[in-house]
Amino acid sequence: MALYSEKVMDHFRNPRNVGVIEDADGVGEVGNAKCGDIMKMYLRIEDDIVQDVKFETFGCASAVASSSMATELIKGKPVSEALKLTNKAVAEALDGLPAYKMHCSVLAEEAIQSALDDYYSKHPEKKPEA
Amino acid sequence: MQIYADNAATTKMSRAAIDAMLRCMEEEYGNPSSLYGIGQRAKDIMEQARADVAGVIGAEPGEIYFTSGGSEADNQAIRSAAEMGKKQGKRHIISTAFEHHAVLHTLKKLEQEGFAVTLLDVHEDGLVRVDELEAAIREDTCLVTVMFANNEIGTIQPIREIGAVCKKHGVLFHTDAVQAAGHLPIDVKADNIDMLSASAHKFHGPKGVGFLYARKGIRLVNLIEGGAQEKGRRAGTENVAGVAGMAAALKESAAHMQENAAHMQKIRDRLIKGLSEIPHSALNGDASKRLPGNVNFCFEGIEGESLLLLLDDRGISASSGSACTSGSLDPSHVLLAIGRVHDVAHGSLRLSIGEATTEEEAAYIVRNVKEVVEYLRGFSPVWRDLTSGKTPFIL
Repeated sequence: MALYSEKVMDHFRNPRNVGVIEDADGVGEVGNAKCGDIMKMYLRIEDDIVQDVKFETFGCASAVASSSMATELIKGKPVSEALKLTNKAVAEALDGLPAYKMHCSVLAEEAIQSALDDYYSKHPEKKPEA
Repeated sequence: MQIYADNAATTKMSRAAIDAMLRCMEEEYGNPSSLYGIGQRAKDIMEQARADVAGVIGAEPGEIYFTSGGSEADNQAIRSAAEMGKKQGKRHIISTAFEHHAVLHTLKKLEQEGFAVTLLDVHEDGLVRVDELEAAIREDTCLVTVMFANNEIGTIQPIREIGAVCKKHGVLFHTDAVQAAGHLPIDVKADNIDMLSASAHKFHGPKGVGFLYARKGIRLVNLIEGGAQEKGRRAGTENVAGVAGMAAALKESAAHMQENAAHMQKIRDRLIKGLSEIPHSALNGDASKRLPGNVNFCFEGIEGESLLLLLDDRGISASSGSACTSGSLDPSHVLLAIGRVHDVAHGSLRLSIGEATTEEEAAYIVRNVKEVVEYLRGFSPVWRDLTSGKTPFIL
């Protein structure tokens, strides 16, 4: 059996939404080089919709694929939906990850949450009531 | 193009080894312990293999014990020396921080059993200093175990000098020669080696078989109890086909050692030169005191598993010391031992070429590694921070 699912390899070989958004509305970076994974997410938000999302990742194939899939799952969606993105959803959309690589999907979820936190810190008026 | 550049992981079996094995499987399938003809013929094959292996490393046939591979040989050698030491009240062992886990984990167990272990620094160049080793020897030191050549960065240790120091102080010397056997000249007597481990599949023999050389007079402890095979030191019906294949492969490797080494060294240095052109990269381990087939680099700003998988897509099989490829959160203990920080150690690549690797293949490897490293750096946030000056370059 191959190390990764075909979906993981597809997103690893052809990552979607790679790059940077200049003057992004929200930027989030999680992980650290010591552990071998860093993800950085850039969001452009208009009318409470994630109009654009880009990522940069330092990490293994599952880290790249998780970032790529996470961007696909939130692009064009209302911010309220992006807020609810879970690592489980990312992993499932990739047809699963090996158990010891699940943390890559967690990082993807955290990177997006972190970018949304950044957005809300710049636009506190948009923050949903708790 | 398909290029196998992971010969330190395992090698393709030689024709001679396959033929020797087939003969044992198809014709001489007897049990060497049986008294009738077919059994005794199997025994003859096995004893000839023992003599052949002994001949290559300058040992006596009676000093060669067949094992399931390098790990078993390492375990048995270290356990045996520890047992001998214990009887004399000596419970101190000296080794290095970058040994194979077969050695390090055995030493860890012995620590739990009351032994003290000193792990020598291997410095930035991946080489043990003989004076530091001598200074570490204590009254109660029973064993020094230092690998002949490192499996990841290929550095060749000053084995003969280490052996001489051990001899001078009356301390047993074991060397894990898994990467060296069949590739470097070994003479256990001249090199002052008391015990040596080797594994067949690293020199074009079969997997699952290796040997332990133990100088006459060393009493081995058994890891496997049972029948009286291997002079009562390793029970279980012998892997006749395996040892025959191993001996055939080792003899062939030894016969062509010089020319193979000269060829591989040329290709190796071409790879090192080519890969050094990648900015913010560094060769791991001394450039000249290294195995003829070993190339190991760190590339700043990228992660090794991604590099490996993209090289695989381009037909190149290599390996990496990144955490993701080691199955733990830490990168290779070898790279950490030579002082590479985690951030950089994650971006390592080992290419271990073989006798069959060509100049053309080396050029292909260099071209593709350059392209893939550049591609991965293109979307690495670490690389962005380095190039924008936010964080300083390490390499």
